[in-house]
Amino acid sequence: MTARLVYRRMRVLRVGLALALVFGSTLVLAQGGGDKRRSGYQDMGPALQKMQDDDTANPAMLFVQLGQQGWARPSGAANKACADCHGVAAASMKGVAARYPAIPKGADAPVDLEGRINLCRTENQQAAKLPPESRELLALTAFVALQSRGQPIAPPDDPRLGVFREQGAAIYRLRQGQLNLSCALCHDDNAGKKLAGVTIPEAHPTAYPIYRLEWQALGSLKRRLRNCLVGIRAEPYAADAPEYVMLELFFMDRARGMALEAPGVRP
Amino acid sequence: MANVLVNAPKTARRGQAVEIKALILHPMETGFRPGADGRILPRNIIELFTATWNGVEVFRIELSPAIAVNPFVSFFAVATESGTIGLRWSGDEGFLVEEQVAIAVE
Repeated sequence: MTARLVYRRMRVLRVGLALALVFGSTLVLAQGGGDKRRSGYQDMGPALQKMQDDDTANPAMLFVQLGQQGWARPSGAANKACADCHGVAAASMKGVAARYPAIPKGADAPVDLEGRINLCRTENQQAAKLPPESRELLALTAFVALQSRGQPIAPPDDPRLGVFREQGAAIYRLRQGQLNLSCALCHDDNAGKKLAGVTIPEAHPTAYPIYRLEWQALGSLKRRLRNCLVGIRAEPYAADAPEYVMLELFFMDRARGMALEAPGVRP
Repeated sequence: MANVLVNAPKTARRGQAVEIKALILHPMETGFRPGADGRILPRNIIELFTATWNGVEVFRIELSPAIAVNPFVSFFAVATESGTIGLRWSGDEGFLVEEQVAIAVE
């Protein structure tokens, strides 16, 4: 597929996205009513907001292109592409990113979106797992997440998730690291104030995976969490630790109803 | 495979200045950074970006190692005649990407 063809397809995609964005912005406006929650988007400067809103300026969209190619590429011993089972992502993946993490069929622990993609790889494509934070995995995740842009975050009503969510909430409030800080101390008690000149966001996972300018790369929520853990001088959990999924469950519940804006740009 | 996002108008009035924006996936490795093994990573940057309008060069920049990953270029050109805008990135390690977008001038 030539880049030009991809570009043409992206144009078609963008018309749909424009509609989705209109929907998304009305949703944000609606939140302005009684809802005091702020997405990180609202704490960015206008230049960065424009960068995120323009799909030809948002560098995360480069990875979405890669993800679109990965979606169509057959892989593994089964020689199947994502598209062979799931068809057109715009239809089959709509709203998916807004409800993960979830417990897959036959399992008893929740997985996040990346985990779900890797499950598909090992079970259905009979391929090796994509390494965490690898470009291929991030690109696929971004492509899938894009299909839920503008959708309200809607965690599933699975009663089994409750216990994991509570564990996530406990980690969020747990003081840890040499600085002896908890997530809640910054992101609940001091959100909106400054930390080293930067506005402390309320920690809503509305735009992952994000293109963070500081990283000059696309990164997952896990990478962001590791960043914070290192920041408070705590030891980050291992790359595939269940703690990240627990935290994400808690965050998604906390951000329930907020519009997904993935893939976002952050400073 | 090239990963490029181009934003250019499809139509323009004659004499109008149109903005053309282009974003490309590229590591822009500076050649000054040590890698995980302590050795300097070889430089890998885009050296030159040129834009042509029906084959005539209208814009050119030389990029340097200080320019960020995935460089974003935005420039204006005066619409004179219908045709194609050609964009060309070339650089280290034989990097070469060419893109074309059509524009109709009335």
